[in-house]
Amino acid sequence: MTAVATGSMRQAVSRSVRPSRPLVIGAAAVLLAASAILSLAIGATGISLDALPRVIAGLFDPAIAADPAAIRERLVLLEIRLPRTVLGVLVGAALAVSGAVMQGLFRNPLADPGLIGISSGSALAAVSVIALGDGLLAPVVQLLGPYAVPACSFVGGLVATVVLYRIATRAGYTSIATLLLAGIALGAIASAIIGIIIFGSDDRELRDLNFWMLGSIGGATWPKIVGTLPFFLACLVALPYLSRVLNAFLLGEAEAGHLGVSIETAKRIAMFAVACAVGAAVAVSGVIGFVGIVVPHIIRLITGPDHRVVLPASALLGGALLLVADVGARVIVAPAELPIGILTALMGAPFFLWLLMRRRGGLG
Amino acid sequence: MLTVTDIGVRRGGRWLLQDVSLSAEPGARIAILGPNGAGKSTLLKVMTGEMTPDTGDVAFDGEPLASIPRARLARRRAVLPQSSMLTFPFTVREVAALGITVPAFPLDRASQERIVERAIAVVGLKRLADATFDTLSGGEKQRAQLARVLCQLWACAEQGPAPHLFLDEPTASQDLAHQLAILDVATAHAERGGTVIAILHDINLAAAWADRLVILSEGQVYADGTAAQVVTEAMLADVFRVVLSPGTVPPTAVPFILPQTAVLLEDRALVSSGG
Repeated sequence: MTAVATGSMRQAVSRSVRPSRPLVIGAAAVLLAASAILSLAIGATGISLDALPRVIAGLFDPAIAADPAAIRERLVLLEIRLPRTVLGVLVGAALAVSGAVMQGLFRNPLADPGLIGISSGSALAAVSVIALGDGLLAPVVQLLGPYAVPACSFVGGLVATVVLYRIATRAGYTSIATLLLAGIALGAIASAIIGIIIFGSDDRELRDLNFWMLGSIGGATWPKIVGTLPFFLACLVALPYLSRVLNAFLLGEAEAGHLGVSIETAKRIAMFAVACAVGAAVAVSGVIGFVGIVVPHIIRLITGPDHRVVLPASALLGGALLLVADVGARVIVAPAELPIGILTALMGAPFFLWLLMRRRGGLG
Repeated sequence: MLTVTDIGVRRGGRWLLQDVSLSAEPGARIAILGPNGAGKSTLLKVMTGEMTPDTGDVAFDGEPLASIPRARLARRRAVLPQSSMLTFPFTVREVAALGITVPAFPLDRASQERIVERAIAVVGLKRLADATFDTLSGGEKQRAQLARVLCQLWACAEQGPAPHLFLDEPTASQDLAHQLAILDVATAHAERGGTVIAILHDINLAAAWADRLVILSEGQVYADGTAAQVVTEAMLADVFRVVLSPGTVPPTAVPFILPQTAVLLEDRALVSSGG
């Protein structure tokens, strides 16, 4: 009697019906395409998507292109909204993939580039440049001009990663626990220093700093995209290797080794890929929270932990989530803009909670 | 052919293993036995390449372990760990498939699925193939991992010679029928020419299953031979600190022990006999 009851209960809780890989990735791609259209169509100027055919026609026909209204439409769509959309996709994908990679590497659902201090390292470097650009760091700003902030942000992320790696590695072996704890400590230190800088700065700078702390993709330009693209691509190139290796890591490091994974090499590649993606993302958009934690978890709840699905689907859904959040950031208090981090948290967190509660209901 | 030569492992000023040598021919079934802390798991880690020894070396078919790249090593040996947990729950079928997809064996999808389904059936988890790992019992988890190991072995075997199989207490959380079934799976692999090395705690099970028993005591090989040569009253007293005379099962004279007649030596008794 007991055995039968237990058996049938287990049938109910443990069977996992998982949608196929193409279905999940396809659905995420459709969501991303829809978000991209939304992002191109909505904005403060009132130009909607039906301007797009005229803009495209104008590229080939000088007569249409010379029309003043067409010039304005082309400017808005191609020089403001399109780069903003492209940047949103890149940043969202980078943050979501970085979260998924860190969670897989650490076998810890809480791991996130924000958590192990990479984002904080980037942000600290950026904030330092903003606050001290007229004084101590003036030579850096003079040398790099408008690229001083993004460049320093990227370097800050890399430095944080290297420092963490040095602290956590003894005799060629990286301790995941030490890495995680050291990351939390470094993140706390970086946040504290950012707080000191905010406290000592005037109003104009404070607003800039707030934007860096909560993020925005409002400053998107083609040169910024071109400048950060190599780093996003470096992360992308590593994904096929990482998806296979991270599946093995979920079994444990020793087991991954038994299955033919070079453990230390895999860790280095994973951390470098994350540093590239996060450094580039923070450099152009500040610290945008929640994408790296929420998106991979949503994908895992739907499809299970196989990284061959989780990584590409997270990239697509991360891009979609960030675009929708950005549309909200533009529209809600138009013509002003909200920091996007507020919206990613407001959108991501309740959905995440709903999924968790639904799952717990299923588990009885 | 596995050759282990003069292995020494020193950690924290203490030798965990010292001067350990053994060799195993293709098709051999070897059980490693010893009391807690004798160095069994350390020796297994050295043989599988998980731990680098301070002295001595390990070779697969004459090729030093240290010079075999990881990816290629996964085609020469498979390892069943003692226990395992998954933070993110794969299903049983997904766990088994990792044995093929992670070493990236160049097999078509149909062959992969055939191997995975056969492995799940062999370990008796067909009914739970779609169950997630976190809902399994300890014994079922261990058998799901065994299915993964079998996938790796069989995928290897399709590409070349039968690889080495290392098992760390494969019977620990299993009922009697599953203990015997798991050792039958190991025997089947040995009969195909693979070398099987298993850490076992049950002396009777080891004597009944293995061709050779290697007894480890305080990091050194105390005895290495057939069950009849090795399972003796002297060994049981010296290594396991138990006074017990083994019997034998006719007609093959495989020794067995009955714990009912055992007397613990003073240094191993948790309860003082003097009251």
